[in-house]
Amino acid sequence: MTTAVDLVRDAPLTIGGRTFQSRLMVGTGKYKDHDTMTRAIEASGAEIVTVAVRRVDLDRSKEASVLHYLDPKRFFLLANTAGCYTASDAIRYARLAREAGFNDFVKLEVIGDEETLLPDVQGLLDAAVVLVKEGFHVLAYTNEDLVTALRLEDAGCAAVMPLASPIGSGLGLLNPFSVRTIKRRLHVPVVVDAGVGTASDACVTMEQGVDGILMNTAIAAAQDPVAMAHAMRLAVEAGRAAFLAGRMPRREVAMPSSPVEGMLD
Amino acid sequence: MNDTIDVVINGERRAIAPGATLLEVLAELALDPRAVVVEHNRRIVRRPALGDVRVAPGDAIELVHFVGGG
Repeated sequence: MTTAVDLVRDAPLTIGGRTFQSRLMVGTGKYKDHDTMTRAIEASGAEIVTVAVRRVDLDRSKEASVLHYLDPKRFFLLANTAGCYTASDAIRYARLAREAGFNDFVKLEVIGDEETLLPDVQGLLDAAVVLVKEGFHVLAYTNEDLVTALRLEDAGCAAVMPLASPIGSGLGLLNPFSVRTIKRRLHVPVVVDAGVGTASDACVTMEQGVDGILMNTAIAAAQDPVAMAHAMRLAVEAGRAAFLAGRMPRREVAMPSSPVEGMLD
Repeated sequence: MNDTIDVVINGERRAIAPGATLLEVLAELALDPRAVVVEHNRRIVRRPALGDVRVAPGDAIELVHFVGGG
């Protein structure tokens, strides 16, 4: 779906040499069933879909691979290194993911704290350097710290993914100033990852001028994930269009919208 | 003489035939080699080589695939 504004002024999102029409990326975790997941992804209009690397269940008590429900020809599968707490673990997971044979993109996560799931920026940078050297297109999940974002860009990351708020928290964009600063200073795409809770959060996030949003829980944990996926699609497009349109200046006093002349005596 | 050897697959001890290749291990587990990525003693073994690598007692094998995630 494109709007009049998009057609005139927007360019598609390009990451690591690949071009994407949708600025909304979605995760595949936490859905109550696969049917809901596939319908929600459909409704979101997303092209980039994240997946995690885990052990096969040898006793088949759990579900099969998510690929049974997602056509890799239709969706761009972005493997993550979720759950990794060290650079070496994240590198190991990234290599395993690439071996699955879909692409050499990875959403790099190196987590530093179990309670907040905030990134370990030192481990993140170390892993990014190694993976970039190995030819990966690294999309680095990070906090909203400008200096870390700059270092990730210097390390050769294809995109930098600052959080809106902690993973799965649904608290929305807590620090618009920092995210805006990161977007202003970086040359690679900035995709906000994690923390969006509802459509207004997605819209406000896109209004900061970032290149895209990745979300999972906001859709998967909604009462109606398919309807929320649709709402998120509209919100991302609305936020992007509003950013391109350029908002009016804020002012602290009122200004009448109707003429002050021509009033009756 | 033992007719099986013990290896660790995805963290679980398993008895397999001596001299089995990784490809045979997958077949024994009814896993499609195209659907899993195999790590053998921390080294990734590419699909075409699965039939060439034999498993020794105590080897650690990880079999992974993609699951839902964010």
